[in-house]
Formats: sequence, C-alpha cells, structure tokens
Amino acid sequence: MDTQVAKNKLSPRRRVINLLVHALLAVLALIWVLPIVWIVLTSFRAEPGAYTKTFLPQGYTLNNYVKLLTDRNVLNFPRMFNNTLIISIFSCTISTFFVLSVAYSLSRMRFGFRKPYMNLAMILGLFPGFMTMVAQYFILKAMGLTEGSSIRIGLIVVYCACTGLGFQISKGFFDTIPRSIDEAAVMDGATQWQVFTRITLPLSKPIVIYTVMTSFMAPWVDFIFAKVLCRANASQFTVAIGLWNMLQKEYIYQWYTCFAAGAVLISIPIAILFLYMQQFYVEGMSGAVKG
Amino acid sequence: MKEERITIGRALKEGDLFTRLSALIMGAGLLGHRQMLKGILVFLIEVAFCLYMIMSGFHSLAQLPSLGTEAQGKVWNEAKQIYEYSTGDNSQQILLAGVVACFVIAAIAVLWVLQLRHSYALQRMVERGEKVPTLRDDIASLFNGNLHITLMSLPCLGILVFNVVPLVYMITMAFTTYSKEGGHLVLFDWDGLNQFVRVLNMNGNVGRQFWHVLAWTVTWAVFATFLNYILGMALAMVINRKDTKAKGFWRFCFVLSIAVPQFVTLMIMNIMLQPSGAVNVLLQNLGLITEPIPFWTNTMLARVTIIGINLWVGIPYTMLQVTGILQNIPAELYEAAKMDGAGPVRIFFKITLPYMLFVTMPYLISSFVGNINNFNVIYLLSGGGPTRVGDTAGQTDLLVTWLYKLTIDQQYYNLGAVIGIMTFVILTVVTLVTYRNSSSYKNEEAFM
Repeated sequence: MDTQVAKNKLSPRRRVINLLVHALLAVLALIWVLPIVWIVLTSFRAEPGAYTKTFLPQGYTLNNYVKLLTDRNVLNFPRMFNNTLIISIFSCTISTFFVLSVAYSLSRMRFGFRKPYMNLAMILGLFPGFMTMVAQYFILKAMGLTEGSSIRIGLIVVYCACTGLGFQISKGFFDTIPRSIDEAAVMDGATQWQVFTRITLPLSKPIVIYTVMTSFMAPWVDFIFAKVLCRANASQFTVAIGLWNMLQKEYIYQWYTCFAAGAVLISIPIAILFLYMQQFYVEGMSGAVKG
Repeated sequence: MKEERITIGRALKEGDLFTRLSALIMGAGLLGHRQMLKGILVFLIEVAFCLYMIMSGFHSLAQLPSLGTEAQGKVWNEAKQIYEYSTGDNSQQILLAGVVACFVIAAIAVLWVLQLRHSYALQRMVERGEKVPTLRDDIASLFNGNLHITLMSLPCLGILVFNVVPLVYMITMAFTTYSKEGGHLVLFDWDGLNQFVRVLNMNGNVGRQFWHVLAWTVTWAVFATFLNYILGMALAMVINRKDTKAKGFWRFCFVLSIAVPQFVTLMIMNIMLQPSGAVNVLLQNLGLITEPIPFWTNTMLARVTIIGINLWVGIPYTMLQVTGILQNIPAELYEAAKMDGAGPVRIFFKITLPYMLFVTMPYLISSFVGNINNFNVIYLLSGGGPTRVGDTAGQTDLLVTWLYKLTIDQQYYNLGAVIGIMTFVILTVVTLVTYRNSSSYKNEEAFM
C-alpha cells in the first residue's frame, strides 16, 4: 500500500532528488552550450583580436561576415569554399559508391576473398592513419598530382581511395534486411545487380543518406591531409586549412573574429545535416553492434 | 566443377597443349578454349608486364639492395665556366619504385595462377562437351553471380594503391637510414634493426622519450575511453529517467556540441584556455583567481585539461550511441532484481553495466583504438606541448602526434616509421587480448 501511494504522489525525498537531477542537468547543459554561444557572440564582435578584457563583446557588428566573404586578398575564403565544394562533391559520389558496393558484397555475396578482406580491413585499421600519409604524398607526387590545380584531384583521390575499408556500419544495416526479400526477387528472375539497385538500396535509404552525408562532410572537416598536400599552394586551400591559418600568429589579430564567423558559417549546414542524420546514425550503430 | 579443386600441379600435369602453353604465354589456354577476347586481354597484360620489367622493373629491383650509390655530383666545366650538376640517385624514389615493382610482380603472379586454373577448367568443360561461357555470359555473370567482382574491384584497387602500398613502403623505411639526422635525406641505405633498438632502448634519448610517450598514450586512451563511456552512459540514464522532464530539450543541448565540426571546437577551446583567453578572463572578472591558470604550459594541468575537453567532446557521442541500447535491456531483468531487493547502485553494477559491456564491447575496442590514434585532440589542443628542451616529443604527445612531428616537422622518416609499427603492435596486442577475454567472445549467448 505504502509503495502505491509513493508512486502516485511524489514523496518529498523524490522531489528533492528530481530537483537535484534537473539542476545538475542545467549546469551540464550550460557547460556544453556556453562555448558554442561564446563563438557565435565572438563572430559578431566589433573589437578585433583573439583576446579581450571582457568575456562578452563590447559592440556588435556584421563586418566579420562581410570581410570573410568579400576579402579576396589575404585569405580568400570564397575560393576555399569553392575548392572544398568541388572536392567534396566528387569524393562524396565516388566514396558513397565504394562504401555501399563493398558493404553489399560483404553482406550478401559469398566468395573466397570475403573473410580475408574483412580481416585485412581490421588489420589495416590498426595502423595509424598518418603513417601512410607521407607515403601517399610520395605516390601522388610520382603520379604528378601534387602541383597546381591537380592538387584537387590528389585530394579527391586521397579522400575516396580507402573508403572501401569503412563498410562496417552499412554492412550492419544491410545484414538486418531479411534475405527472403532477395530470394523472392531472384525467384522472379532478378539478377544480383537488380536486387542491389532496385531492392536493397531503396530499402536502405537511411544508410544511403548517412553514407552520402558523412562522405560529403569529410573534406570540410579534414585539415591535416589537405595541409600536407597543399603545402604553400594558397590557391588550393580548403576551408579547414583556411580556418586553421586564421589562428596562426601572423593572422590571428586581424582574423580571429572572422575565424569565428567562418566557424559559424560552416557549422550551420553541418549541424543541420547532423541533426537530421542522427537517427540514421543510431540505427546504423545498433545494427552494426548487433551484427 | 565443384567436386575437385583445380590446382596448378594438376593443371600442368593433366592440361592439354593450350593449358600447358598458358604457363608460358598467358592467355593461350583461354584462346585455345574458345574465349578469344579474354585470352587476348590476358596476353596483352603479359606483354605490358614484360615491357614494364624491361623498361624499369628489373632496374628498380636491382637497385633495391643498395638503394642507390651515386651522390649528386658537382663537376667544374672548364669550357662553359660553370659547375655542372649530375643527377645522383634518389634513394626514396628507388625504394618506392622497388616496392611498386614487387607489388606488380605479385599481381602478375596471381593473374598467372588464375588464368592457368581457368584454362584447365575450360579444357575440362570442352572435354565433357559442356558449353563454354561466351563473353556475353561472362559479362552477364559480372552483374549476377559475380557481382562482387564488379563492385569490389575499384575499391580494392584504391585500398591497394593508397593504403597497402604506402604502408609497406613506410614499413620498409623503418629499416633504413632515411632521416635528416646525419643528412640521409637524398641518399640512404639499409640499416637493419638499428632504429628499433634505438627506440626500445630505455637509456638512450629517443628510447626515453618513446617510453614516456607510450605511458602517456596508454593512460590517455584508458581515461578517454572509459571515462567517456561511463559518464556518457550515466548522462543517458539520467536523461532517460522516468521522472526527468523535457528529455528532448536536454538531449538537444548536448547533441548541439557534436554538430559543430570537431576541429573547430578544439581550436576554439585552445584559444579559450590560453592565459588571456576567455576562461581565464571570466574567472578573473568573477574574482575567483588572480593569476591566469597555465592550462597548456603545466604538464599535469595540460594532461588533465586534454582529458577534460575530450570528455566535453566525447560524452554527447556516447550518450547518443548508448541511448538506444539502454532501452533494449530486457525489463524482466530489472523487475527480477527489484523483487530480490537490489538497490539502484547494485542494479547498475550487476545488470546495466554487464549488459552494456557485453553489447558494446566491439564499440569500446574500436573507440580505444581510435583514442590511441586520436590525432586531432592532441594536435589542435596542446600541440603536444609543453616540450622539454632537446626533445622532439612533448609531454602530452601521443605516439601518433609524435609520429607526425617526426616525419613532417623533423623529417626523421625512419624513426617515424618505427613509431608507427610500434603503435600497430601495441594496438594488435590490446585488441586481441581484450576481445579474447571479453564476454561477448567467450559466451555469445549470455544475454540473448
């Protein structure tokens, strides 16, 4: 009886606990949201420089955004944006094809190379990614892809070449689609190619969207490969290198608030993509873990 | 076809003229058994291979043992009154060409075996009076039974050229003198295991740094992985509590931080925690401190800060990932525990945690690996610093960031390669040991 009452009417003890929990959540949420608010405020700050005497800006302006989008002399943000957009459109197309192809083959087809491939992918994943970076640079150089505008091709190649190793989440998703659907289609005379393109892919919209978006985002957030490949070729810089450069000693005073503006500008689309994609991510994860 | 394995031995012993001929002239067996186009194609590949070997392949292989001997020369030209430079050998290019030649030879060997077996199989089909697949049949099968070949060829080629070859190339570098030390940047030689000895020797300067970095890398990975995991799970559970109001709002607050690209957050954090950065300014304005806190210049503080910021970055991820799994825990388990009078703490350690560990072990292992190789957090936050004078590795450098500094900044390629190999060895051991001892490996059905 007592417990029944306690469940219907909150006991004082539970009320206190609830209050404490909500207070804790509020403090934590503040810690998590504050840096983001701060960067948004900084992007509208009127005073230049990275360091100011006050936490909140003294004056607000839109000039940082204007300067970022129109100044083409020192750090040409619009051109960096273009470079990154071109690179990411190409690499997104190619790597989506690679990832989904490999994932489908491993999930649905049975061939001798299947197990060795999966083991190899695991072993290759244990090597630090930067170990291959120098060698990749030498190989691209031998192919003549490290000078001028061919750097773009080099970057596209680097971003998609190894995506065939990142099949796990998609494969986990494909594994959850019942095979009986495939079998029924094969009975009706469909080839494996038709099963892949007409049945599996339409049924896997979440994971297709997830793959497209992650591969589209990769060139926007990678800066280390781009930095090694571009070196001093300012005309080929991507957005990430540009933002990184804005924080270097020679630029930081003039460009810090523009950096904040740039960070806000590229975060908005990525944030929207991410919040939209989050559901698929969770689905893919639980699929991958189960499989 | 399936009743017996076709081996090279059988193909050579029992093959007819064409099959045996294809051991020498690749594609002959296909040509002789009514697969003209494929035969011609394979033959052309062999011709191309021979041309490659004559033009550069043999030369590349021949230079591999010495890695080039001729330094760039400077000769005084009396007639023109200038110094003339002779192009010397470039060991790095020689090594790369040699590695590539080895891969080309391996590829052609695989093709040789495949075509030989295939022509023997075709021969038997002809003998048994079966219909040999036409080109049209072959193409059709590439979209049906052999779809994996169509789908996986290009991705595999990409991985081979831009992952496997570079990796082998870097591994070979570990056994050379390729380094700025001693001026071996153009011309270098094989060096055996010397660099490994240097790195593992605790008394040397490099060895001391290696063990230091290794210790911190492991500490970091353990803290980063498990703190993130436990705290992320705790946060998810607090938000999922029955009595918590506005669950969606709380989740949104935390998820918002993932939506900002990681390198942007990290760079911002770096600036915010500088001596005159926002955090110090805020604390000083509030009157909590008088002197700025040296977040990046004090070793201990830098390490704690890095782990803390990594929590800021990582907890929302974990929360997002475990939310779904937490809700999957069978309710009967909880009810049974409550019936037996277990309190919330006991329930957490006896039911929730074991269940979560069981389901998410692969995720935990991969996030441990990811943390050992977590380049961005260290590089963008502390840059590995503070660094002691004379060291190449800073106090917060991980093996990966040290590897980056050694290769890109210092150009000690051989040392960098050794560090990369050591990282791989450590990760392999850790992965195998944890996976083998995990309950998801030992007892697959525990919770099912």
